[in-house]
Amino acid sequence: MSAVIDTHDTEHAHHGPAKGIRRWLFATNHKDIGTMYLVFSFTMFLLGGSMAMVIRSELFQPGLQIVEPEFFNQMTTMHGLIMVFGAVMPAFVGLANWMIPLMIGAPDMALPRMNNWSFWILPAAFALLVSTLFMDGGAPNFGWTFYAPLSTTYGPPSTTFFIFAIHMMGISSIMGGINVIATILNLRAPGMTLMKMPLFVWTWLITAFLLIAVMPVLAGVVTMMLMDIHFGTSFFNAGGGGDPVLFQHVFWFFGHPEVYIMILPAFGAVSEIIPAFSRKPLFGYASMVYAVGAIALLSFVVWAHHMFTVGMPVAGQLFFMYCTMLIAVPTGVKVFNWVATMFRGSLTFEAPMLFAVAFIILFTIGGFSGLMLAIAPADFQYHDTYFVVAHFHYVLVPGAIFGIFASAYFWLPKWTGHMYDETLAKTHFWMSFIGMNMAFFPMHFLGLAGMPRRIPDYALQFADFNMISSIGAFLFGTTQLLFLYIVVKCVRGGEKAPAKPWDGARGLEWTVPSPAPFHTFATPPEVK
Amino acid sequence: MRMTALRAGTLLAGLPVSGSALADWTVNMTPGVTSVSRDIYGLHMTIFWVCVVIGIVVFGVMFWSIFAHRRSKGHKPANFHEHTWVEILWTIVPFLILVAMAIPATATLLRMYDTKEADIDVKITGYQWKWHYDFLNEKFGYFSNLATPQEEIHNLANKNEHYLLQVDEPLVLPVGKKIRFLVTANDVIHSWWVPALGVKKDAIPGYINETWAEIDEPGIYRGQCTELCGKNHGFMPIVVKAVPEDEYQKWVQDKVAQAEKVRELTSKDWTKDELLARGEKAYNTTCAACHQPDGSGAPPTFPALKGSPVATGPLENHLHTVLFGVKGTPMQAFGEQLSEVDLAAIITYERNAWGNNTGDMVTPKQLLDYKQSQQ
Repeated sequence: MSAVIDTHDTEHAHHGPAKGIRRWLFATNHKDIGTMYLVFSFTMFLLGGSMAMVIRSELFQPGLQIVEPEFFNQMTTMHGLIMVFGAVMPAFVGLANWMIPLMIGAPDMALPRMNNWSFWILPAAFALLVSTLFMDGGAPNFGWTFYAPLSTTYGPPSTTFFIFAIHMMGISSIMGGINVIATILNLRAPGMTLMKMPLFVWTWLITAFLLIAVMPVLAGVVTMMLMDIHFGTSFFNAGGGGDPVLFQHVFWFFGHPEVYIMILPAFGAVSEIIPAFSRKPLFGYASMVYAVGAIALLSFVVWAHHMFTVGMPVAGQLFFMYCTMLIAVPTGVKVFNWVATMFRGSLTFEAPMLFAVAFIILFTIGGFSGLMLAIAPADFQYHDTYFVVAHFHYVLVPGAIFGIFASAYFWLPKWTGHMYDETLAKTHFWMSFIGMNMAFFPMHFLGLAGMPRRIPDYALQFADFNMISSIGAFLFGTTQLLFLYIVVKCVRGGEKAPAKPWDGARGLEWTVPSPAPFHTFATPPEVK
Repeated sequence: MRMTALRAGTLLAGLPVSGSALADWTVNMTPGVTSVSRDIYGLHMTIFWVCVVIGIVVFGVMFWSIFAHRRSKGHKPANFHEHTWVEILWTIVPFLILVAMAIPATATLLRMYDTKEADIDVKITGYQWKWHYDFLNEKFGYFSNLATPQEEIHNLANKNEHYLLQVDEPLVLPVGKKIRFLVTANDVIHSWWVPALGVKKDAIPGYINETWAEIDEPGIYRGQCTELCGKNHGFMPIVVKAVPEDEYQKWVQDKVAQAEKVRELTSKDWTKDELLARGEKAYNTTCAACHQPDGSGAPPTFPALKGSPVATGPLENHLHTVLFGVKGTPMQAFGEQLSEVDLAAIITYERNAWGNNTGDMVTPKQLLDYKQSQQ
């Protein structure tokens, strides 16, 4: 099979990348665009991370030391927005761009020019968003959930720029989603039926549907805000007959599927990595696919569990509680399947596997606190406390972010043609693991003891755990510079990687040489 | 400069202090002092232990694999990858556990929503950044502001035991009575939370949410606003003082008499110095959070008052701004929030402090006349 590809690639050698800046500006090659997405995402990860460092520095001790409350609120808002829309989502789109064509035996993404456009909107959107920090009145300061009327009547003048930035991010995501769907449905190699697709492709297919379903809802809610701010409407203004709670319903109708958009591709990546380093096929492939589908469908009917304290009728309260608890079933199935995959395998623990195993353990802890939060009466005590902060950082940091690190180490040899430095990568893992748990585990205690989220200063009984949490956060934050060094070192050189550097790995991406040539699968491979 | 040096100093000096003297390692939710809060605590502990048991089983199998099934120990991989019955089992069993969990949760929720037949109604209104309590049956109300001094917040003084969790006037409630809270807000969304009562309810402008509590033990219970409501979200605490019934009745009588006294104050003849003294105090409680104690504000959201066109220009414009607010900005309508005495005192103070030497004076009577002329 690989022989066929090689001959074809030599015939088309003149189709190499353009030279200089044109290669990137006019890029239509899925690998180049994937690389740009990943570089952009990591830049945003460092930017959003440094804002987290500001937050944790202020919270190191009780009292106001470093920043004023106004700026603190801008930091929490920008940290959230940048991490969600700038770091996690583009990282997965980058992985999708690089890996989906390689995994399904396609020559490129189905819509390469749109692919270029959907990437290049992002730097513009984030330049706009970050520029609000330097505007009169400061950046958005109403939290990444931007509840009205704090974000409309009471928002800073920069809110309008924020709205425009969100619109651009939404357009980028929708185009990315359409491209993924078109690619997966049309460009699979002969013989690759849907139920033979790698799980990473499956989870991305479902994620892409979530994206095109909910990003327009986000666009809708920010447009309603724009109308309220500038055109005299009262969608969210009770004084004009509107409804502030409507904002929350619309926002979370987007927001809950959004959290699955950030985690499903990580599920997929981990489902590739665990079998590879267990040297054993994935347990329960079909049930994994159905579980992802079930999670995606349920994600549309649980949004109001973010709003248990707004005073919904009790019937609504019960409906959303039951549906939310139900999500634990398919999520549990996934965890059980991963563990069953490891069971009686032949395990080794290279960096991708370390991150993947930590993913399962820590994501499950985040899932447990999620189950606790689903119990509506108890949520009255948890809601908007640090318990919630601990919960979503446990699903997003060791969930989404560890999933991304695992994927990066897993496929770096394929991307660069070199093996990364395993010792450094393991150091990166252990320091991230310790830092992350130290930063976020004490937050459970803080929340249960009664510390609300989004406060710049706190009562004295919360001092000790906050200090521990800050130290952990500094450790986690600094460690990520090591990742940058590891990747740069790997790009510049290192031990030559074979086509298939992991003996247990399966899939078409390992049939092409490392580094993957500029054009792959110009002639589709045959899947048996 | 001096401020920065002081801050840096306290930052360093504070390090060992917060570690030893203030050590508090509370790791769990309070069971609280109401039957609802104890039910919530029970649910919380049940679901916690359910999670712990599931965790031990799942992670147990996983760690067993990690230790026993390593390639370095020469373990050869098995090749199984499907088992329908196992899949069905681990779908059904968690489902049944969840059903078992949902039953008591539903019962508690229904009880929390039963606000019928309350003995006392208290209307709670969230403002940026304070709470207002209205005793609807007894017809009096008052604001409850943060009482922690700014010096403690800015590390210029040692922090007291109840740092950030103390107010000038607590909400006083009797024990053993069913109290219905009617929760709303005047500007943005706030959320009224007292953990020991098991009560958290969003205060939403244009909505009145209902919740209730019946406190079992006298005591002081502290909480905070839990919905981001702007700059001073972290600085609007809640203090509930639960007292025996007779003490509560005495307090109510005092408050009713006090309200009467404020009405009398309006008709009293005030000197400018008296107004300035009262004005400075009222300004620091109500206005300084945004416009700053020195009138410098935080432009552009919170304009400076020092030398401002409003505070030094025509009096009528100043009166209108304070009483009716400025639409589309955070400047609220204070006309119904403060007494005539305090409004008059604040305006007099603003027109004479920080070099705004207009020499103007507004008496409570003048203010009341202006208010009525606008209605």
